Amino acid sequence: MTDNGLLQIGLYLVVLLALVKPLGRYMAHIYDGDMPAFVRWMKPAENLFYRICGVDSGEEMRWTRYALAMLWFSLLGVLAVYGLQRLQGMLPLNPQHFGAVTPDSSFNTAISFMTNTNWQGYVGESTMSYLTQMLGLAVQNFFSAAMGMAVAIALIRGFARHTVETIGNFWTDITRGTLYILLPLSLLLALVLVGQGVVQNFSPYRTVTTIDATTYDNPKTDAAGNPLKDAAGNPVTEKVTTHEQTIAMGPVASQEAIKQIGTNGGGFFNANSAHPFENPTPLSNFLAMLAIFLIPGALCYTFGYMVGDTRQGWAILAAMTVLFVGFLAVAEYAELQGNPAFTALGVDQTASISQSGGNMEGKETRFGIVNSALFATITTAASCGAVNSMHDSFTPLGGMVPLAQIQLGEVVFGGVGSGLYGMLIYAVIAVFIAGLMIGRTPEYLGKKIESFDIKMASLVILIPPMIILGGTALAVMLDAGKSSIFNPGAHGFSEVLYAFTSAVGNNGSAFAGISANTPFYNIALGFAMFFGRIWLMIPVLALAGSMAAKKRIPVGTGTMYTHTPLFVGLLIGTVILVGALTFVPALGLGPIVEHLTMIGAH
Amino acid sequence: MLKEFRPAITSFLILTAVTGIAYPLAVTGIAQALMPDQANGSLIVKDGKAVGSELIGQSFSDPKYFWGRPSATGPMPDNASASSGSNLGPTNPALIDAVKGRVQALHDADPGNTAPVPVDLVTASGSGLDPQISPAAAAYQIGRVARLRGMQPAALQQLIAQYTEQRQFGMLGEPRVNVLQLNLALDAVHR
Repeated sequence: MTDNGLLQIGLYLVVLLALVKPLGRYMAHIYDGDMPAFVRWMKPAENLFYRICGVDSGEEMRWTRYALAMLWFSLLGVLAVYGLQRLQGMLPLNPQHFGAVTPDSSFNTAISFMTNTNWQGYVGESTMSYLTQMLGLAVQNFFSAAMGMAVAIALIRGFARHTVETIGNFWTDITRGTLYILLPLSLLLALVLVGQGVVQNFSPYRTVTTIDATTYDNPKTDAAGNPLKDAAGNPVTEKVTTHEQTIAMGPVASQEAIKQIGTNGGGFFNANSAHPFENPTPLSNFLAMLAIFLIPGALCYTFGYMVGDTRQGWAILAAMTVLFVGFLAVAEYAELQGNPAFTALGVDQTASISQSGGNMEGKETRFGIVNSALFATITTAASCGAVNSMHDSFTPLGGMVPLAQIQLGEVVFGGVGSGLYGMLIYAVIAVFIAGLMIGRTPEYLGKKIESFDIKMASLVILIPPMIILGGTALAVMLDAGKSSIFNPGAHGFSEVLYAFTSAVGNNGSAFAGISANTPFYNIALGFAMFFGRIWLMIPVLALAGSMAAKKRIPVGTGTMYTHTPLFVGLLIGTVILVGALTFVPALGLGPIVEHLTMIGAH
Repeated sequence: MLKEFRPAITSFLILTAVTGIAYPLAVTGIAQALMPDQANGSLIVKDGKAVGSELIGQSFSDPKYFWGRPSATGPMPDNASASSGSNLGPTNPALIDAVKGRVQALHDADPGNTAPVPVDLVTASGSGLDPQISPAAAAYQIGRVARLRGMQPAALQQLIAQYTEQRQFGMLGEPRVNVLQLNLALDAVHR
């Protein structure tokens, strides 16, 4: 790796970690309802909002009611996004006159955006109207993020409180998360992005006259618009020469900002953050990466602050950072090596001052290898799923890093809220394992971990692999699953495994060669995303309720400290071990076999 | 059960109006007022006609122009209304064949050039719309363009240097050359 590469990565980590404390502290105050002076002017608007909605902001909820409120809010989100897609042909802000999206694709996308997944089975710029994008998809980017944060805050309250029945008020949590945290950050980022060249308009697509002529094979269609096929079943094409290029437009910057800040990841365009109108410069790329980890990182501090011991938050953050750097090293190394098959063809893949070199298939020149591998590691450590390079074209080991990180449960920073509550579940498991080893009742933050709590934590750990591995097995046995595979051999298996992994992990990135916009995948992945989100949030809230009700045990001579390097190591070990035990066989069939084939063949 | 329905529906509607209407309109208003060029696609206008965008790659196949990154969009390359990468996996024979074909096309257009081909010139970009190539990929093509236009290689080197964008703030990203702007400049000095 070049010195500049290390410098770019170092700068990223320094800026990120410097922002953790101020933002983490700010968020703790916001969720406590103790607004800092510079945002207190918004308080009357917030109070008016509660009056209209019939919310008593001082009223606290038990975990069951909190979960019910979350489910209502999620249901409305699914219905709104589904309805907008189906009706967009009759609605305004549709300059390209896109018709209704198919029912199965609409279902998939509605679940996808409600669950913070943003899996894209569709091609944004040729499917979704501006209205659907801004009023359906971008709104869910805010709401799903606010919901993830609310559940994390509820769990923190469970640890921070003792001998009470309640864990907060869902309506105030979701409102404050949206108005005081997500909205101002998004507004700021969106404007900086426009300055870098991200478009923000409601114009029809622009057609320009190109300098050189483009000659291409255009598929011929019959009178009804169906593609013509010859006797052998191949599409019939004709040579066409054009001097025109049609450039897609739209209100992109506003959506792009919340897409990263909310770790949503659904691109306005098909190519997502590789598209120059979503991510035009190295600076826009740096800010995008920063935005993805910003809230997940800062929430660790919020956690420590709210439980009254910031060392606890730093310990969690330390474990996340160590895991992240380890995964990043593998991805950078693998991509810089390039593709051995290209060298034989007389292609120069060496990094130098005049080229980034490495495996450039599916990557953009302005980002090169360093920022492509960095982005891929960040977006899958978090549950973002935005991509600035095509993961399907990564080297086998480079592509295994995103896959493995999602399979660990996206607890390395993770999604906004979901990363922290996922890691806290691992912390509970870690103290449980430690307790078994030394023969003491496990405790975490002064709370005794009992049978019910371990059951809830186990559900969170066990449900995702069950759906990922079960779904993958089902898909590779059925013709409907196999016929969508694009790349041959072991890589094709990885495409299916990645699809279910990404759906259950609510990530949304893909080995995108797979044709996922089919009824089979739209429905199977739709359910995978739903269970991967809701079935984890409910046990987390149950755990929050159980923790809040417990007595606090004072620190004694037998207490195991959970802010020490020893505990950080134990936590990392637990994450790796639980993840590895579950997924190593599946990874062996995909990326590992492919890697051995690749280096063996040359 | 139904007790939470009223706050659910009212807060859903109001927050939707704030984040789905007020917010994008505010961003659009500020962007159009302060940064209209960027907000509308950084278009390059020549003789009153839009000839492209600074940020969107255009397909060049005529050997007297510098070529950009290969594009996997369909049905035509650099289709800016259907962005896409190739998604070909690293061991897919179709990828190896595609790269072989591109290396061959470069050799055919410039038979005397035996230098190794910079990787970004024969691999498809992520978006299919990459506007830039590495300085190495631009330098590789100097001989061909100079010969076909009857220009001095040194003049082309200078032009490339002029259109090379260094790392942002000397640090971020990679050095790169904007292919459309370079070719426009080329046409301006030599038709």
